[in-house]
Amino acid sequence: MTDHTLVATGLSAGYDGKTILHGLDLAIPTGRITIIVGANACGKSTFLRTLSRLLVPTKGHVLLDGASIHRTPARQLARTLGLLPQAPIAPEGITVADLVSRGRHPHKSLFSRWTRKDDEAIDSALAATKTFDLAERPVDELSGGQRQRVWIAMALAQETDILLLDEPTTFLDIHHQIEVLDLLTDLNRARGTTIVMVLHDLNLAARYADVLVAMTGGQIHAFGPPGEVLTEDMVRTVFGLESRVIADPLSHCPMMLPIGRHRMAGHEAA
Amino acid sequence: MSPTLERLVRHRTRRTRRRWTVICGFLALAVFLFGLTLSVGQSVVAPRDVLRVLAGEPVPGASFVVGQLRLPRAVLATLAGVCFGLGGAAFQTMLRNPLASPDIIGITSGAGAAAVFAIVVLQMSGPIVSLLAVGAGLCVALAVYGLSFRNGVGGTRLILVGIGVSTMLQSVIAYLLSTAPSWSLQEAMRWLTGSVNGAQLQQALPLLLAIGLFGSLLLSRVRDLEALRLGDETASALGVQVNRTRMTVIVSAVGMIAAATAITGPIAFVAFLSGPIAARIVRASGSLLLPAALVGAILVLAGDYAGQVLLPSRYPVGVITGALGAPYLLLLIVRVNRTGGSL
Repeated sequence: MTDHTLVATGLSAGYDGKTILHGLDLAIPTGRITIIVGANACGKSTFLRTLSRLLVPTKGHVLLDGASIHRTPARQLARTLGLLPQAPIAPEGITVADLVSRGRHPHKSLFSRWTRKDDEAIDSALAATKTFDLAERPVDELSGGQRQRVWIAMALAQETDILLLDEPTTFLDIHHQIEVLDLLTDLNRARGTTIVMVLHDLNLAARYADVLVAMTGGQIHAFGPPGEVLTEDMVRTVFGLESRVIADPLSHCPMMLPIGRHRMAGHEAA
Repeated sequence: MSPTLERLVRHRTRRTRRRWTVICGFLALAVFLFGLTLSVGQSVVAPRDVLRVLAGEPVPGASFVVGQLRLPRAVLATLAGVCFGLGGAAFQTMLRNPLASPDIIGITSGAGAAAVFAIVVLQMSGPIVSLLAVGAGLCVALAVYGLSFRNGVGGTRLILVGIGVSTMLQSVIAYLLSTAPSWSLQEAMRWLTGSVNGAQLQQALPLLLAIGLFGSLLLSRVRDLEALRLGDETASALGVQVNRTRMTVIVSAVGMIAAATAITGPIAFVAFLSGPIAARIVRASGSLLLPAALVGAILVLAGDYAGQVLLPSRYPVGVITGALGAPYLLLLIVRVNRTGGSL
């Protein structure tokens, strides 16, 4: 278990002088899975990028254990706070084991040697993501699902107590989406890693989140357990969509059914 | 040790061993070509006599040919090759694009134009020319970088801007050469394609300084540079200070490229070819800098040897490397077209 805290206070940020986040406050629950949802351009990726220091806030702070992450030395920060961006690049011909070993970067200096601890971190990252059998294969030969698992393995080898992921299931089919979300849940349960991710699919978000964050207009609209956050009102305000929310018979989490103009049985057609 | 851990360690050892085997192979080839340049030319000097000349003994019939003609040539070819190879591979790695080589994006032509201007118009010579070339190379690099900056540096935009700047500077070189009254063809060729003709041993000093200073600066960032290959965001997540690393890499790579250009002229395509050739042979394990430096030396030594000895008439080294590089450039452009820009 970890006791690191990650807090955003009065956070404003944006690109090209255009403000996207407007004074956002959020304390990331330690040791839980937090999933951020919202319509396109609501600022959820910008929020994640600012949390992970890729973007410097114009106002406010991101505090890791009370200290601003923009003033913490980069390497030191990278030993606590990990990030898997949306489109990482695998160098041509690199093998899985080699790629995963790059996750050890913040633990090494120019002259430090490769140690047993590094090998063990890679071994356990490969085991956790079930990619050990791929270890000697070139990354460019893998399927999309395998590749995403390998990237998660690299982030695991970094051994950070907090892991941020920007839409880790994009481009994956539903089978691999579930696989990745199960894997992250395993990681959270086994190592107590605090996980924060942006997800597109509301129903998967509701099922896998301990805490669901709904964003709109660069601000937080709702924050809490999925059962409280995913409501017909929230979907209307955040996504501008009429819907029906029922209990998912498998997980008993809330499940959203969109109401469209066509193919609706009876009176509910909007 | 668990069996999986053992397998991982074996895999890693194999990768490292393969890498060092290739590097030693490159080194051996470079040493061989260096020796070949010293001993076999229009006349053949026995290796034993070559060693005696190197040791400083007077050897009749060999002291002048080996000591005065061939040795400076081989030394300059090696050092310039190392500079071009290192600088080129550093740029290509940093921008994740083989086309982003200093000789394509105008840095070499910038340094060359400054050197020609200093020599032809200002009638300068010696180390001051090298300094001017390094300064001009840096200015061009920053200008190209600045002109292509919009929410970070886009690879393709930087390359297109660079090609434009490069063409402009090459016409400046051509213009300066055409206005020079008594300009020998050989000297002109140096500034158009690069050559080590008329090499003198004291010219090695600025190159050694550049390699010592900028080379070690570059090598101090080698791990961060490796992380940049995973993308700027991933590198940043791994604790790399992306902008600072970029600046260090630019300054040190430009320093070496410009220093070499001021001495030998822009030896065509060596910076462009060294990294990709090294990558093809070493594969993706570890940094390309060291292998690319050796490949650079091999290319210049071999190109110069071929131009001097193997072909029916004599050519400056840049003509040979240019002939090698041009088809590869075409191949890359065809590939870019097919893959829609992602190399």
